[in-house]
Amino acid sequence: MAVIHEVARTRRAATEHRKGDGRAAALFLAPWFVGLVLITAFPLLASLYLSFTDYSLLRAPGWVGIENYTAMFSDPRFFQALKVTFTYVIVSVPLQLVAALGLALVLDKGLKGLAFYRSIYYLPSLLGASVAIAILWRQVFGADGLINQVLAFFGIEGQGWVSHPDYALGTLIVLNVWTFGAPMVIFLAGLRQVPTMYYEAAAIDGAGRLRQFRNITVPLLTPIIFFNLVLQLIGAFQTFTQAYIVSGGTGGPVDSTLFYTLYLYEKGFGSFEMGYASAMAWFLLLIIAGMTAVNFVASKYWVFYDD
Amino acid sequence: MTDAPVRRAAPSDSPAAPSSGAAGRGTPSLSEVAAAYPDPPARRRPAGPRLRRLGKHVALVVFGFVMLYPLLWMLASSFKPTALIFREPGLIPTEWDFSNYTEGWNALLDPFGHYLLNSAIVVLGSVLGNLVSCSMAAYAFARLKFRGRNLWFAVMLMSIMLPIHVIIVPQYILFSSLSWINTFLPLIVPKLLATDAFFIFLMVQFFRGIPKELDEAARLDGCGHGRIFLRIMLPLSLPALATTAIFTFIWTWNDFFSQLIFLTKPDMYTVPIALRTFVDATSNSSWGPLFAMSIVSLIPVFLVFLFGQKYLVKGIATTGIK
Repeated sequence: MAVIHEVARTRRAATEHRKGDGRAAALFLAPWFVGLVLITAFPLLASLYLSFTDYSLLRAPGWVGIENYTAMFSDPRFFQALKVTFTYVIVSVPLQLVAALGLALVLDKGLKGLAFYRSIYYLPSLLGASVAIAILWRQVFGADGLINQVLAFFGIEGQGWVSHPDYALGTLIVLNVWTFGAPMVIFLAGLRQVPTMYYEAAAIDGAGRLRQFRNITVPLLTPIIFFNLVLQLIGAFQTFTQAYIVSGGTGGPVDSTLFYTLYLYEKGFGSFEMGYASAMAWFLLLIIAGMTAVNFVASKYWVFYDD
Repeated sequence: MTDAPVRRAAPSDSPAAPSSGAAGRGTPSLSEVAAAYPDPPARRRPAGPRLRRLGKHVALVVFGFVMLYPLLWMLASSFKPTALIFREPGLIPTEWDFSNYTEGWNALLDPFGHYLLNSAIVVLGSVLGNLVSCSMAAYAFARLKFRGRNLWFAVMLMSIMLPIHVIIVPQYILFSSLSWINTFLPLIVPKLLATDAFFIFLMVQFFRGIPKELDEAARLDGCGHGRIFLRIMLPLSLPALATTAIFTFIWTWNDFFSQLIFLTKPDMYTVPIALRTFVDATSNSSWGPLFAMSIVSLIPVFLVFLFGQKYLVKGIATTGIK
């Protein structure tokens, strides 16, 4: 009898506990949930709906089926935007990560003044996304800009890098590589997690530095490399500010810096073709989701998880 | 989708290796344990012979100098007459001109201070919003048991990766139907609703590192979740709150895309939008004032960087790995 009583009591206590938590959770999560529904989920679905309509803010959206998508796939500027963005992502992200990892490796070797160097290299990551730095870039790579002044000092005649269709995108790639500090800090923290004893054991077994690097550092660092890769890829696909400022909002010269987001902005908020812009937005989502999924599948073959 | 780094990230183990500094001073205090981010362990190996070490330092300093050169040059150039900006790659102005600052300050419709104030309002609202809403959500995910917790947690993580561009058009329609365009509400209200889910994740990570025994003890003493959250979790989470505040400050201060879309009246312009107008209107003759105002716009971020470095560096490091 006492046992049954005890069981009943604990069960009651357990349900009370759970109920109590549930109510508290609802309260604590309320702001987030409202935001998730109103500011994120609803707009996400609305933009899917809008992508099948013709909408310009002035009239009610009219259903046009897949017309926006077919228009998109026969729009040369859309393909140009894809080309620009992919080129930027494929070139700048690996360069940035190599720079970040390289510097992290150099700094990790028990060097004095680590904090100082880390700050210096990290600073550009904080400022890089600002309009002020984009303005600076426009001058530095301009016809009479800093780069050409330095080149002139060595007797080389430069050109207007930002105003030349072959080089304009390159200046933005340089800008992205310049902000390697953030992934570098993550790499540095990752290197610290590699247990020292692995190196000691390897050294006793006669492994040289190169082999230690290849067989200890790299495998243990692959999760961090993967993390940085996913993060930087997603970020690079969304580049907007620098391209907007450096090209004066046009994506020029001759669409050579017409980033995907810039074209989306132009369509949605320049000419108010919001149906078309929504179709572009969903296509961007598919690209990013697809790329991230591929990344995660591929990671099974090269990312090494210790645990 | 986000499974792998997250599982990796979840600190099922103890909060962090106790920092060597704390250990040296005897028993670390509670907040030190809870707040301990991993400090670098002792140096791994001696760094080569002296000469090589020196060479390395020289290379690192030179490389850092080259990296920061454009910034330093912009600072120097803001004190040069505009004509010199296009001729003088050096850092020390051969001719000083302080009028760039007064001219730039008054170059647009309103004095530049007006835009600084607008930016400050947006930033302050965003910081407060993120601190309150994200810490609340994080407490629920880290400490409360409720149905579907894992599912909602996964939804939250996925929302971190959602590009703003995908939802900006309907957001614009929504806010314009509320007549919120050209107010700061579209920039601040979402933060009050924890849409910057990255910070929820950051704080969940941190909360999980705080010993559960603390809230269990408080619970036995009759504390409700509200009091546990306010009296135990938040005071122990100052480093995470600082990281959140600092990152929100910098990201909001630098944010261009959403401010460009939601603020179209010159009166409501924030610093980035004002600078954009400035650069569009700038011929070669006013680069000096433009540089001066660009420098002004970077000062707040720089100050935050200077004083909040510890939290910045540890913030990105912990979210990356721990």
